[in-house]
Amino acid sequence: MREVELKMKERAAELLQSGEVARVIGWKKGEFYFDPTPAVFESADELDGFVYNGFCGANLSKYLIQQSKKEGKTAIFLKPCDSFSFNQLVKEHRIKREDIYVIAIECQGKLDVEKLKEKGVSAVTEVEENGGEVVVSSLYGTVTLAKDEVLLSKCETCKSKVHQVKDEEIVFNEMQAGKKDRFEMVEKLEAMTEAERFAFWKEQLSKCIRCNACRNVCPACSCIKCVFDNPASGVAAKANDSEFEEQMFHIIRAFHVAGRCTDCGECSRVCPQNIPLHLLNRKFIKDIDTLYGEYQAGETADGKTPLTSYTESDAEPNDVMNGEAK
Amino acid sequence: MQEVTEKKEFTPNIVAFCCNWCSYAGADLAGSSRLTYPANVKIIRVPCSCRVNPMFVLKAFQQGADGVILCGCHPGDCYYVTGNYYTRRRMSLLYSFLNYMGIEKERTRVEWVSAAEGARFSAVMNDFVKQVTELGENRRLTDLRVKEGE
Ligand code: SF4
Ligand code: SF4
Ligand code: SF4
Repeated sequence: MREVELKMKERAAELLQSGEVARVIGWKKGEFYFDPTPAVFESADELDGFVYNGFCGANLSKYLIQQSKKEGKTAIFLKPCDSFSFNQLVKEHRIKREDIYVIAIECQGKLDVEKLKEKGVSAVTEVEENGGEVVVSSLYGTVTLAKDEVLLSKCETCKSKVHQVKDEEIVFNEMQAGKKDRFEMVEKLEAMTEAERFAFWKEQLSKCIRCNACRNVCPACSCIKCVFDNPASGVAAKANDSEFEEQMFHIIRAFHVAGRCTDCGECSRVCPQNIPLHLLNRKFIKDIDTLYGEYQAGETADGKTPLTSYTESDAEPNDVMNGEAK
Repeated sequence: MQEVTEKKEFTPNIVAFCCNWCSYAGADLAGSSRLTYPANVKIIRVPCSCRVNPMFVLKAFQQGADGVILCGCHPGDCYYVTGNYYTRRRMSLLYSFLNYMGIEKERTRVEWVSAAEGARFSAVMNDFVKQVTELGENRRLTDLRVKEGE
């Protein structure tokens, strides 16, 4: 990753110095090695804190909504998964393709600091990626771990290592797609009884503190005024005081992003309560795939979405419910 | 000592969203033909089945509905030409999703009823009411504040 980081920094400096772009969206050093944070760099001098390492899981594309409206071009670093969100934002007219310079970057899967902690590794100071292994240095020494065991869950099921959009790329090594089937858990839930599913979701959703992080991070949740910011929505804007509100918020949010969610995995990644939100979105993705043909949001920046199109022979809702739809 | 409780027979609250052009007219025809459907079916008239936002369905449950049925023109006969085709996709996905969350699938339904199908309207409603009655009260998708003190 080190070589990728150096090259990225070099390109950022060149683009800013030449005036080709007015700003670069990347990551900067956080308080610790393992918490780099998305950042906007407006001059080459600011690039001191620029980083790109195994903890840069954040999808930067949503920052474009605000940043690319400013004067001048905006350059952005996108991992393969982030490039799907980019296309989706272009498709929904949230950003303009011509205002942005896309630099496609290498990603070998991002790490989950919580999983490292579970392995007894804390106070991480540096991580070296070495094929299927990661060499983690911390204040307490150095350990080598199997990478698959410490990946972010969104990376375990990485859908593609192909950038869907780019103006240039910084990729030195071949990238491996995720190894796990992303619908495995959805299928498990589907196989449960209604009562079991209800119990599962009740337990999960009752943990929700309505911090709105899932919504705020989501590239598909780009509404200027969200329905849940409307006091008449019937859902309190802060902590939920009934089970219904928990369900309502999550059902409606999942429905709003149905057919638009690229499965970027950000909602689950940021949830402080570890609610498996991707299992909500993936149900819609799975149903859309089976009922209306395989569809991956963000694969292209144009065309129709499953919920804004139809065919005359679409399955009947009652057949879908009775499992009789093809 | 045996506790004596008065056991009231359960009559479900049913919300039926009916499109103005077909299903609502179908309901009208049922009425004027003196065909009956249970009084606990509360019809909400919408311009098109496509007007029904998923939030409406959830709100109905929140306010104490035990079952929600959505009725529109038969596919191909929509007054606005294509509205119900969108409804069909939307409701297939929404209802399937509600079931995934553990909501009993018998509580939700979509039926196409034309303006000429008064008898069908009445039959559909009777059948749906029967189905929800057998299922019992909606407890999984209800706002406790609303049902309190009922
Ligand atoms: S991020 Fe998690 S806790 Fe916060 S609102 Fe979303 S689901 Fe709830
Ligand atoms: S719902 Fe979650 S996975 Fe889907 S686009 Fe939004 S943040 Fe990404
Ligand atoms: S929850 Fe719905 S209304 Fe709110 S931001 Fe997301 S898509 Fe928009």
